[in-house]
Amino acid sequence: MRIELVKRPQHSKLFSALSPFLAFGLTIVAGAVLFALLGKNPATTLYYYFIDPLTEVWSLHELAIKAAPLILIAVGLSVCFLSNNWNIGAEGQFLMGAVAGSMLPVLFPEFQFWIVLPLMLLMGMAGGAAYAAIPAFLKVRFNTNEILTSLMLVYVAQLFLDWLVRGPWRNPAGFNFPETRNFHSYAILPEILPDSGRAHWGFVFALVAALLVWFLLSKTLKGFEVKVLGQSPRAGRFAGFSAGRMVIFAFLVSGALAGLAGISEVSGAIGQLRPSFSPGYGFTAIIVAFLGRLNPLGIVAAGLVLALTYLGGEAAQISVGLSDKVVRAFQGMILFFVLACDTMIHYQIRFVRPQAAGAGETSHV
Amino acid sequence: MRKTLLALAASAAVLIPGGAMAQDKTKACWIYIGPIGDFGWSYQHHQGLLDVEKEFGDKVETAFLESVPESADAERALERLARSGCDIIFTTSFGYMDPTNKIAGRFPDVKFEHATGYKREHENVSTYNSKFHEGRYVQGVIAAKMSEAGVAGYIASFPIPEVVMGINAFLLGAQSVNPDFKVKVVWANTWFDPGKEADAAKALIDQGVDIITQHTDSTAPIQVAAERGIKAFGQASDMIAFGPETQLTSIIDDWGPYYIERVKAVMDGTWEQVDVWGDMAEGHVVMAPYTNMPDDVKALAEETEAKIKSHEFNPFTGPINKQDGTQWLADGEVAEDGFLLGLNFYVEGVDDQLPQ
Repeated sequence: MRIELVKRPQHSKLFSALSPFLAFGLTIVAGAVLFALLGKNPATTLYYYFIDPLTEVWSLHELAIKAAPLILIAVGLSVCFLSNNWNIGAEGQFLMGAVAGSMLPVLFPEFQFWIVLPLMLLMGMAGGAAYAAIPAFLKVRFNTNEILTSLMLVYVAQLFLDWLVRGPWRNPAGFNFPETRNFHSYAILPEILPDSGRAHWGFVFALVAALLVWFLLSKTLKGFEVKVLGQSPRAGRFAGFSAGRMVIFAFLVSGALAGLAGISEVSGAIGQLRPSFSPGYGFTAIIVAFLGRLNPLGIVAAGLVLALTYLGGEAAQISVGLSDKVVRAFQGMILFFVLACDTMIHYQIRFVRPQAAGAGETSHV
Repeated sequence: MRKTLLALAASAAVLIPGGAMAQDKTKACWIYIGPIGDFGWSYQHHQGLLDVEKEFGDKVETAFLESVPESADAERALERLARSGCDIIFTTSFGYMDPTNKIAGRFPDVKFEHATGYKREHENVSTYNSKFHEGRYVQGVIAAKMSEAGVAGYIASFPIPEVVMGINAFLLGAQSVNPDFKVKVVWANTWFDPGKEADAAKALIDQGVDIITQHTDSTAPIQVAAERGIKAFGQASDMIAFGPETQLTSIIDDWGPYYIERVKAVMDGTWEQVDVWGDMAEGHVVMAPYTNMPDDVKALAEETEAKIKSHEFNPFTGPINKQDGTQWLADGEVAEDGFLLGLNFYVEGVDDQLPQ
């Protein structure tokens, strides 16, 4: 017997809307079984995973810190993906944005003035955009595959950062440890509500970016252009839209937002450059973008949910003694069920018996 | 869905015991850079946690977080531990230094102990480390006796003073037996990456070294050495199971005694800020059994170990020249601890340029 996925002629609007909740419910059930098999109380564990991090103010701040870079990057990626540009290198643009923005406090530590921070943010955006322009240019000029070029540039960026903090940018007072000097106070992105927690303005940037890109995509001609060129390049050409210019536009927007995320993270949450200050935000953001269905407002929700699973994972480790590995497996289950639900809404499963296969041979492509 | 969640939350709230019950227990917490199953650095710290549990039984409660990256996540992980009622928190990687000090400033009632760092910005922060280089000197003595090529391969992590100190001590030990002994160094630029470490070991063996030692945390190098039929030293824990015919000895980081002492101090209310650099004599650095070597080598190793332990001999005793041939320590002169903690040059005979 063979199993086939057949596209449904039309999919249910109701179930499309319900899909994320359905997926979440299935995750809860599967998680409960998993926790029970491990000898943990499922209700307690799930409580620590999903509710406990939301019950305290400091923890909400941490949620915002963790979600900010994911949302910022994913919002930019939505423009890329909707216009059919597969920018897989947001991690590299994130790092280069951080490097470009850090130039001022690291190389000119004596230059302390209020203008430093705005300049750093602008340089971060410029750095990310410039780094994203490389695969865009290569695609337009030489028709290279942007998936490969943008991805490989991630490794270049990682090694470049590594070289900087071990070599020329190393903290002279840091006993040869690979990290830059600590940023001075004018180079630190301030906290939003310093009294209650340490969430910095990066989260506000993320929300503003999401609103702006949402407006761009749904209310402007440029947004229409993005979607037309993404869904049907041929139709786009008839409408007089330039595919080449769209490639550049999409990569610049997404690179700039990734760069802004990078400098916000370094200046807001860490306060210095280190060889590995990103736990793969640029890659996780790809998941966030698709979980949010490439809709900037959906991405805000998706970013917060994914951030919650990190925080909840820690809470479960400490409070219930769940292993780090189980936490990651559980995170994987969430993504699995989301994708599975989406697939089941658009496709139906058909079991094909071997005898009938001969007759049905022509029907599948 | 919402209802289900609320119901779950309600039932969970009933099931979770209130924070009040933890009052008479002391809560000790750890955060680790790697998984507790790395069989190296993090594994050994976790053994220390288990020692604390064994020592104090019901009087202590423990918690830990593993594989915490040295990014913005570290600060959050620490804050969560501090808020979960930990009385003392051990932060066991250098990269946790700034997060530890930041959180310590915000939680003055919680004691913090940072391993391998140098910043103590608040009164509730101590730092601790061990003189692993004492063990490395013994390893050097063994290496020079066992090596036919006269060259050992050294897989190093980061060019920080502790690692540079280890390379120097190893070579000085070897030169005490064979003055022409050489060390080749590969910088893996990681604390734990079995793939990279294995590649480094292979590259070194291909260059003709016949002894491998490492300052990284996985068991990969010793496994590669076993495959290639040469001898090697374990790191951080006793790795004999990964190279029964291969491991000569291993430097075991025994954090248990220190952790027990510090948790006890919290219980008794006598905890004070310290900067501890434990050594062999205090039992913080332990040599695994000397295996896979002739009796005379074993006897020499034991004799060297005993001399260091009794403080009769310090590995950094002159005459010692720097790599460029200029004098560092005059005959009989002993390096000061404070100087060693910032050591950033090689001694004569290291076949490598220190990344600066």
